[in-house]
Amino acid sequence: MDFLTLLQVLDSSVRLAVPLLLACLAGLYSERAGIFDIGLEGKMLAAAFAAGAFAAVSGSVWVGLIAGIGASMILSLLHGVASITFRGNQLISGVAINMLAAGMTVLIAQDWFQQGGRTPSLLTEGRMSPINLPFADMFESIPLFGPTYSELISGHSLIVYVAFAFVPLTWWILYRTRFGLRLRAVGENPASVDTAGVSVIRLRFTAVLICGALCGVAGAYLATGLQAGFIKDMTAGRGFIALAALIFAKWRPWYALWACLLFGLLQALAVRFQSIEIGGVVIPVQLMEALPFILTVVILAGFVGRAIPPRAGGEPYVKER
Amino acid sequence: MGKMPLWADAILVPLISLLLAAFFSAIVILGIGENPVEAFNLMVDGALKRSAGWGYTLYYTTNYIFTGLAVAVAFHARLFNIGGEGQAMIGGVGVALVCLYIPWPHWTLAIIGASTAAALFGAAWAFIPAYLQAKRGSHIVITTIMFNYIAFSVLGYLLVEVLRPTGQMDPASASFPEATHLPNFHEMFAPEGSRMFRGAPANVTFFLSLLACVFVWVLIWKTRLGYDIRSFGFSETAAKYAGTSPVRITVIAMLISGALAGMMSVNTTLGESERLILNSTEGAGFVGIAVALMGRNHPIGILMAALLFGFLAQGGAELALWTDIPRELIVVIQALVILFTGALDNMVRMPLERLFLSFSRKENA
Repeated sequence: MDFLTLLQVLDSSVRLAVPLLLACLAGLYSERAGIFDIGLEGKMLAAAFAAGAFAAVSGSVWVGLIAGIGASMILSLLHGVASITFRGNQLISGVAINMLAAGMTVLIAQDWFQQGGRTPSLLTEGRMSPINLPFADMFESIPLFGPTYSELISGHSLIVYVAFAFVPLTWWILYRTRFGLRLRAVGENPASVDTAGVSVIRLRFTAVLICGALCGVAGAYLATGLQAGFIKDMTAGRGFIALAALIFAKWRPWYALWACLLFGLLQALAVRFQSIEIGGVVIPVQLMEALPFILTVVILAGFVGRAIPPRAGGEPYVKER
Repeated sequence: MGKMPLWADAILVPLISLLLAAFFSAIVILGIGENPVEAFNLMVDGALKRSAGWGYTLYYTTNYIFTGLAVAVAFHARLFNIGGEGQAMIGGVGVALVCLYIPWPHWTLAIIGASTAAALFGAAWAFIPAYLQAKRGSHIVITTIMFNYIAFSVLGYLLVEVLRPTGQMDPASASFPEATHLPNFHEMFAPEGSRMFRGAPANVTFFLSLLACVFVWVLIWKTRLGYDIRSFGFSETAAKYAGTSPVRITVIAMLISGALAGMMSVNTTLGESERLILNSTEGAGFVGIAVALMGRNHPIGILMAALLFGFLAQGGAELALWTDIPRELIVVIQALVILFTGALDNMVRMPLERLFLSFSRKENA
């Protein structure tokens, strides 16, 4: 593999890691607050559709982005009502949201656009345009550094940089603000937060809504950044890979970044090399595709270090009287 | 909290949840510019009014009975098996291997062999998540989801690289030999020359699924193992003090669950397509969750819920055929049913409980 191919693979790793990273951070907020969310997939899908549809109709990627965030937050609200207000099973609620999104997106897409459950292809204004960082052209001729800067670091859309900026921001919010302290506490021991006079319900709803907003950005990036428009089931398990990355990262923001980049790299490799030959043995593409999932199982089994979820995760909080 | 009578818990709550789901489904249908009443009529027409429609409805019902029972058995041990989809796919591999490589003289033997293989393969696929949950504490929900994706890749690999006959383009195995073909309802029930059930895929596996219902009922309520499973699900610590091994119960419950999910493929692979194809499960593993929730994890409830979902599946296919409404409408309805009967269960239950409480107070006064 020559240097340029390597750069291209890394470049597409970054692109593919971005929706994972955003969804992973979304899950981080929710699960740190004690609400398990296996509905990341569905929220991303709904957002991807809304973003694709509204960007196509309005011709503006920003309208699409806002619509995507809105669609995802509505589903988040539903998850919150089911699992916080009515103390329902969070896993069942997540399954329902995934199915709801899978069905509704195709249903509405067919009704609006009559293109077999997809949105029209987006033109330039409907898509996220790449941003060329300063001096990208100037540095190009410098060996190693030049191509790295112009290929890998420059030339992504705004969302990519925002996603990466969200990693330190999330770290700061979680570990350096009062809100973050309470958020972590409510996922470990909601009774203590309640005793301190802070509303458990409000905190959890806030966390769930932040989760929705981030999933919305992730979905919008899928439909308007990574591809030009929405297609049926376009998330293709990314929500679950993000969930896997979250466990891999042990619910911590910086580790989430590395986990998502790793999974992004795996996806990029699977896309670029349909089958890889290592030492005379051909690795089939199906194995490459399944690798993130297999890796997750291995991690979950604790072979790469133990992952301990927030203690109150998955349990509705009942105030004692 | 007040107690509700059993009939209210078993029938009234699911019924109200179902009506809510139906109401929102009607709104969705209105939203895409169609008439819900007409759509419903069309579904009833296509799924229930003709014998071929029944043949399809019962075919889907068979699938949902298996996956519903699978989810329910795990549920009794408080394990949430989302892996029915993957377990059914791998079960299908078992069916295909047995049918392709063993020369069965008659379908009666083939169905026994295929069922055994499907159950074994499905159970094996459920074993790893079960073992990891029991021994290493990894969350069974996440691992079973991951195993769905891994199963899909495994199936894809097997169909493209191993089982596909040379010269064939689409990823599917060779057709099973004639002797293994299961009799369908047309061959079983239609009198000579009649068109009853013609062209419909319902087959003898339906009766196998009824047997599975009886098996699960006996297992859960009439055996010591079933008692252990239920007590484990009720309180893990109490079961531990009573001398039940959590590892053993988790693994056994998941093995039975996986076996039941795997056996669904007898219906789809041996009964319908008569070869192994890529997408024979069609989301039945997920529908099983809704079926188990609605059926309150009881075989009779599951049978009724499976019939309802079978009707929805066939009615939805019929809708997609005659109108512009895509098949995905059914996924939406299924999601709404899961939402209202599962996640928003308390929304219906809490006011009802209050209502019954106020009634019983009046009686006492």
